[in-house]
Amino acid sequence: MSLNSLWEYANPKKFIQTTDRVLPWVAWSAALTLVVGLVWGFFFTPDDYRQGSTVKIIYLHVPAALMAINAWMMMLVTSLVWIVRRHHVSALAARAAAPVGMIMTVIALLTGAIWGQPMWGTWWAWDPRLTSFLILFLFYLGYIALWEAIENDDTAADLTSILCLVGSVFALLSRYAVNFWNQGLHQGASLSLDKEENVADVFWYPLLVAMAGFVLLFIALVLMRTRTEIRARRMRALLARERMGA
Amino acid sequence: MMPDLGKYADAVLSSYAVSLVLLALIVWLSLRRSKRIKSDLEEVERKVKSNG
Repeated sequence: MSLNSLWEYANPKKFIQTTDRVLPWVAWSAALTLVVGLVWGFFFTPDDYRQGSTVKIIYLHVPAALMAINAWMMMLVTSLVWIVRRHHVSALAARAAAPVGMIMTVIALLTGAIWGQPMWGTWWAWDPRLTSFLILFLFYLGYIALWEAIENDDTAADLTSILCLVGSVFALLSRYAVNFWNQGLHQGASLSLDKEENVADVFWYPLLVAMAGFVLLFIALVLMRTRTEIRARRMRALLARERMGA
Repeated sequence: MMPDLGKYADAVLSSYAVSLVLLALIVWLSLRRSKRIKSDLEEVERKVKSNG
């Protein structure tokens, strides 16, 4: 697929037509993969010799944290496309992704707190990764509020795109905070190309399936929500035209 | 069938409960808004068409 053919999907009609066919497949794949990953992780994996049964929280915490950061990265890319090419679908896709990313951030924060209590003896610490994740959550809230607060769609897309660029610093920090500061309670990446740092295979395979499930769920939700935003924008445009004509 | 979660049962079960509720919530809200906007748009389009 050439880059030019990719821009065809910036046409709202083409986007709706294509996702009509794609969305059911992505949604059912997400449901299946998520169920397999979570059932495998919860029921068919052993306890960890240090963390006991709390290791089962990894199948929610790590995929949610992964998607919390990558949702913002997706919003960054689509916001840049809006700034450079002025394609409405890309701005609406960023808008559609924000609540999903925020939910992923909340899941990561809550499961992290619940996991941290028995392991670290505290629900919360002002650790670099935890703190940058909390700031990322606040950026999600601010981003969603900004879209809601501005009536003009293009102005809202411009301002939220700038906010997205600024928030990307914290999205990256939440990923690499442990490496930058090398301190705090939180461990490094659970999945790494360095075999020594990786979790054991018995936990890793169901974790990969759960992560795939979260990725597919995110894609399905963003496609569905982008279609909704496209329709809502068309409705606002029609109503505005009606008012002008009246 | 239920695995023995030992002394960490509360932590593990509450993590799963909170996460699944939040995932179900975002799916439900997204579906609900999608249906509502779709039917609202159809109504507006019908109205615009009838007004010429």
